[in-house]
Amino acid sequence: MTVFILRRVLQAILVLAITSLIVFLGVYAIGDPLEILLPADATMAERAQVAASLHLDQPLPLQYLNFVSSALQGDFGRSFVYNRPALEVIFERLPATLELVTTSLVLSLVIGLPLGLWAGMKPGSLTDESVMTGSILGFSLPNFWQGMMLIMIFSVWLGWLPSTGRGDTGTVLGLHTSYATWDGFVHLLLPALNLAMAQIALVIRLTRTGVQETMPLDFVKYARARGLSERRILFVHVLKTILIPIVTVLGIEFGSLIAFAVVTETIFAWPGVGKLIIDSINMLDRPVVVAYILVIVTMFILINLIVDVLYSLLDPRIRSRA
Amino acid sequence: MTSIALLKGEGMVPRIARGMLGSPKATLAFIVCLVLILAAVFAPMIAPQNPYDLNEIDFFDAKLPPMSEGYNGMTYILGTDGQGRDMFSAMLYGLRTSLAVGVTAGVLAMVVGTAMGLLAAYRGGAIDSVIMRFVDLMLGFPTILVALMILVVFGQGVDKVILALVFVQWAYFARAVRATALVESGKEYAEAARCLGIPAWRIMFAHILPNCLPPLIVIGTIQVASAIAAEATLSFLGIGLPITQPSLGLLISNGYQVMLAGLYWMSVYPGLLLLVLVFSVNIVGDRLREILNPRLAQ
Repeated sequence: MTVFILRRVLQAILVLAITSLIVFLGVYAIGDPLEILLPADATMAERAQVAASLHLDQPLPLQYLNFVSSALQGDFGRSFVYNRPALEVIFERLPATLELVTTSLVLSLVIGLPLGLWAGMKPGSLTDESVMTGSILGFSLPNFWQGMMLIMIFSVWLGWLPSTGRGDTGTVLGLHTSYATWDGFVHLLLPALNLAMAQIALVIRLTRTGVQETMPLDFVKYARARGLSERRILFVHVLKTILIPIVTVLGIEFGSLIAFAVVTETIFAWPGVGKLIIDSINMLDRPVVVAYILVIVTMFILINLIVDVLYSLLDPRIRSRA
Repeated sequence: MTSIALLKGEGMVPRIARGMLGSPKATLAFIVCLVLILAAVFAPMIAPQNPYDLNEIDFFDAKLPPMSEGYNGMTYILGTDGQGRDMFSAMLYGLRTSLAVGVTAGVLAMVVGTAMGLLAAYRGGAIDSVIMRFVDLMLGFPTILVALMILVVFGQGVDKVILALVFVQWAYFARAVRATALVESGKEYAEAARCLGIPAWRIMFAHILPNCLPPLIVIGTIQVASAIAAEATLSFLGIGLPITQPSLGLLISNGYQVMLAGLYWMSVYPGLLLLVLVFSVNIVGDRLREILNPRLAQ
């Protein structure tokens, strides 16, 4: 077991090291930040001074070594645009993204579970057919276009919900959140629904399959024999069984929601890390781009590592295979 | 090709055709796919104007709503964009670009993934574990993040977008091909071929690969749909195709700038076309899975 975990941790570190090298080299191959930072009439002396202050005048391998040693101490350099530590800029924006992602996860359960149960109860029926076709539609709807249609319908035509921005935030129990104010809450609805759409489709499919697999089992028959109502069997006994794999999958999906938030945040001008990365790519803000990618990749590696370790604890067969 | 492969190959086409016709939904989706592919291929002949020939577009016709008549007497059924370009024509050309990028990426990913999957299956050992660890790693990351990283590293362009999509998608094919190939190579016909002294690579490519086709066809269809959607997303974010090669995603992105001002047709119609395209390819893929999966096709 210890060997297994140790091996996985080493692999994770290796992946992180390779990613950092590729991203560092790649980011340095595009554009020259001096072109953007300096006015067109800057003298050579001014250029050299700025280049030296940002360590852009050193040879590449040296820059990479400097970069790694300071990155390990949590220092990814200063953002060229904000003139503040890149990591600080990212962590300042992260709560807004996390709020969006958690709201989406809750939404996907609240909407997906009932629809999946409904479809699963009557396999082959018209309800089942339409819910399942609807879920393919949920997968097929390009995320960005679906978001635009939400804005079009709910903001432009109906005028019910605001289209962009985060609105007012307040403080609840020390957390800075949109839930604290009504304005913040209504601003959150459309982006969260947009991000949740694919997850809703996923939850529907998982729930339907789960219901269909669980209904013929003996414990359901026993519950029926005890005279429990069909509703109680479905919502208490069956739901309890199928919720475990669904929650596991949603846990894994958490990371990919953070990545997909890039699209949602761009459409709804949501001030999270996703919008930050797209802006930073366009403005060639290297430290922020590099820091973002490494933070997200680290997070993914951690999530995958935790899932791997948990699975191997639960299922000893995996250990022997790895 | 051996006779076994030929027999299998001949049996598969009628089986797919019968299965498709068995579901009205899938038949309709298949017809829609076919029409869209034909429309993309023959776009220059169908389109009322060449939307990227400056002589043919009239700036005075800019921002016209659908069904309005332009200065030159032409009726723009889906309206015009900010430069007076006929939206219908622009969408046909956009469809061409989207399909070309999606299909190229899907096919390349299939070739790379199949080669890697077969290599892993017949070499086994260290090569197998290195390839499969890498596949696991790739599948652990969301498409959009990996594509974003590649485009940040290599920059914009059609070739880079295709590279990013192939890099993201080959792992799905590799995993499926390896799993099928391992099962197939344990069967008697593979055993017999080995006894005849046929070299391992030949057994893999000529005997086992044809039997890996069913899962490959299913994954290939679904991955083409996801490649088209991914390209559109990247172009929408402004890090995909360059402005000189407008795909449906780029058209939608351009239309988005003016959508809140009420000029809905510039983004809604290309979006609908993209949706219909991706949706019908996915329906066909879903049906193919039902037809070709022996466990489901009872």
